[in-house]
Amino acid sequence: MKKLKNLSPSTRDNVICYGLAAVFFIVVQAMIAGGLINNSLKGQLVPICAYIIMAVSLNLTVGVLGELSLGHAGFMSVGAFAGIVVTSSLADVIPSAPLRLAIAMLVAAVCAAVAGVIVGVPVLRLKGDYLAIVTLAFGEIIKNIVNVLYIGRDASGLHFSLLEQGFELGEGGKMIINGPMGVSGIQKISTFTSGIVLVVITLFLVLNLINSRAGRAIMAVRDNKIAAESIGISTTRYKLLAFVVSAALAGMAGTLYAMNYSTVVASKFDFNTSILVLVFVVLGGLGNIWGSMIGAAVLTVLPELLRPVRDYRMLLYAILLIAMMLFNNSGIKQRMLDKRGMKQMEKLEKSEKGGA
Amino acid sequence: MTFLSYLISGISLGSVYAIIALGYTMVYGIAKMLNFAHGDVIMIGAYMSFCGTSYMGWSPLMSVVLAIVVCTVLGVTIERLAYKPLRMAPSLAVLITAIGVSYFLQNAALLIWTSNPKSFTSVVGGGAVKLFDGQLSISHVTLVTVLACVVIMVALTLFTTKTKMGTAMRAVSEDKGAAQLMGINVNTTISVTFAIGSGLAAIAGVLLCSAYPTLMPTTGSMPGIKAFTAAVFGGIGSIPGAMLGGILLGVIEIFSKAYISTQLSDAIVFAMLIVVLLVKPDGLLGKHRNEKV
Amino acid sequence: MAMLEVTELGISFGGLRAVDELSMKIEEGGLVGLIGPNGAGKTTVFNMLTGVYRPTDGGIRLDGENLIGKKPHEICQMGVARTFQNIRLFPKLTVLDNVKAGLHNKITYTLAESLFHLGSYRKKETQMNEKALDILKVFDLDGMADYKAANLPYGKQRKLEIARALATEPKLLLLDEPAAGMNPNETAELMETIQLVRSKFGVTILLIEHDMKLVSGICEYLYVLNFGRELAEGTPAEVLSNPEVVTAYLGE
Repeated sequence: MKKLKNLSPSTRDNVICYGLAAVFFIVVQAMIAGGLINNSLKGQLVPICAYIIMAVSLNLTVGVLGELSLGHAGFMSVGAFAGIVVTSSLADVIPSAPLRLAIAMLVAAVCAAVAGVIVGVPVLRLKGDYLAIVTLAFGEIIKNIVNVLYIGRDASGLHFSLLEQGFELGEGGKMIINGPMGVSGIQKISTFTSGIVLVVITLFLVLNLINSRAGRAIMAVRDNKIAAESIGISTTRYKLLAFVVSAALAGMAGTLYAMNYSTVVASKFDFNTSILVLVFVVLGGLGNIWGSMIGAAVLTVLPELLRPVRDYRMLLYAILLIAMMLFNNSGIKQRMLDKRGMKQMEKLEKSEKGGA
Repeated sequence: MTFLSYLISGISLGSVYAIIALGYTMVYGIAKMLNFAHGDVIMIGAYMSFCGTSYMGWSPLMSVVLAIVVCTVLGVTIERLAYKPLRMAPSLAVLITAIGVSYFLQNAALLIWTSNPKSFTSVVGGGAVKLFDGQLSISHVTLVTVLACVVIMVALTLFTTKTKMGTAMRAVSEDKGAAQLMGINVNTTISVTFAIGSGLAAIAGVLLCSAYPTLMPTTGSMPGIKAFTAAVFGGIGSIPGAMLGGILLGVIEIFSKAYISTQLSDAIVFAMLIVVLLVKPDGLLGKHRNEKV
Repeated sequence: MAMLEVTELGISFGGLRAVDELSMKIEEGGLVGLIGPNGAGKTTVFNMLTGVYRPTDGGIRLDGENLIGKKPHEICQMGVARTFQNIRLFPKLTVLDNVKAGLHNKITYTLAESLFHLGSYRKKETQMNEKALDILKVFDLDGMADYKAANLPYGKQRKLEIARALATEPKLLLLDEPAAGMNPNETAELMETIQLVRSKFGVTILLIEHDMKLVSGICEYLYVLNFGRELAEGTPAEVLSNPEVVTAYLGE
């Protein structure tokens, strides 16, 4: 523990982040081996990984760049459906599921990054709450568009249409995305291991970015935009960079998430999902990457753990959420810490007196 | 004629948005917070009125009064318990707390009234005014909604400009610290704002469900978000802005449903918001504030 | 040719004429003061020089290159750096990182190297650390390199802001009221630092200041601004004996 304290703050953060991922992986594997994990929790493993990636990537926008985004689920949606189209198209070409998943994630990252640029260029010109409401608007627009998207595949290739199925599929053709019905019959190729690998890749990229020239520029823009410009940093460029990287990672998380279920609909990635991820980030601490990991993991499992109280679980979740925010921010915590500090001081004084 | 009738239903829906947006805008102006639980207060208001008429057999007017009273008390209580301790906290912490309150209200409603939709009986009655030899019919609900919206806006404008409390509100919204130094009780002012906003939410809930009579625990969420959009659209913090934004939003929504696509109407509404904010970053009637260098 | 040439510069905000027909010439290596009563438009001049505001009329040339219409970060890359009246540091970054942010365009590596920490990442970061510490040493801040900038005492924050500006290797350094809020001892120390900066970094300096002792002590030439217009210019002795300047400062 002492060694950990002696490290520089950035190295310490890196060690904690990668350590958490490793511990999570090992503990879960041990629990599976020992038969200590029930099925419903097992089903949560991939979503937990996906939400960790979502939280870490959103922290890049909200914590590191300092801009509130309420539409992060939109990028997850783009990634999820792009990934589905890719895996379904490559099903016969590439037999190896992990390779197919990896390719799907790359394509998803690119698609989400493109969406990130399209959203980011106009959005990042705005400030504060206005920026937040426009990200919310974009998130809803993405959801609405995916909701009326029809994609099918036959021997002649992929067919797209909006609003209604505007194409006839040839013989042996198959609908991939069926408008509001979404996608069904997905081959579930996401595994816990692939989830952890993606978590580690995400950590690698985000932590490296933070501890680099570009990351410093992003944080400079967050801390003081005008000062950052005055020392030659292009604020538009670095805002967009953070936003797009964040979107691309969310896209990969989307593919990971979608490939864990047999059916996926666009309305899954709505405003509530964006908010859910934001809650992970805020509870874990803005700019604190390992905090986001813990926030995402604990709050994804919490409703499962509250299952015994069934009907009341979401109510309890809400109360816990409010209580945690009040505890963290209203000065109660500070007073308690102060009190503990005082007690320690008193003890110290007493022992000194006793010794003298 | 169909165009005219779409326009009228647009204005009617927009009036509901405007009433909700007024609550959003006032709270934002004073407490500088996005009160995401506002939409759920609407839902509680609608349920209260539903309980009044359906369970207790009260007259529509009495049930509306019940809804207003309950929501006003609820709004002030929420503010006291959940938001007041966070006055000094970062705005994101307040935002998340508001989201927690929103979850709480929705799930409490789910426990009390279950997820089965209740069919809401209009508080206005089902009649309609027929014009142009019956080619155009305007329902009483529509008339009452638009009328209520206009009355509320005029009353609020008078209240904020002519009364002592209203002046205190404007002072607090400009500069909390300076207002306090001038002897204004900031806490009371914020409580009054929440009381007014929540009372308006109750009225909006009743009117919304009178026009669209399906009532569920999630009934308030989407209108809440739309009304928030309307407030930003018109320039958040501005009372006429909220009114203008709300009505424009309602009209755009109904027109896109009628002429473009039902499924894409929300996307079109939000796209309009983005366009407006890109051209006028502070909304249609918002005040522009430059950072001093 | 003068290094900085400002010709008939003017700006209006709505109906308010904040600066009008201001012309200045600053030679390379000069240390020039811009003085005037509160609200005379001094900071507005700085904001126009650095691209924060776009002037309504007139021209600004740095070594013959036009600065009008350029973005603030482009003007910095052309060789103009500044400090702010109300200190603008990066409070959550360390003292070292504040200066390293200033080196942003001086020691560079690609985005891919940023994301993967490959190639010259390590070498360039080491270079940055060394360079930043060198600059901090000049201001006696190297011992506090790991502190968060927000935790520095006021006087040191002012120094850090100058250090950060110097990291961009400017030709022209604009200092906006560097002595504001300092006591006489601190001001005296600051005067030394400013002169040291000029000789060590070879920069030309234009500073806004209220402290007449500082201005007359170190500036070679002064421009006096009143109600957005030039009231007088000349050596400190000439300007301070000008009756119009005295009236503007002390009133009738």
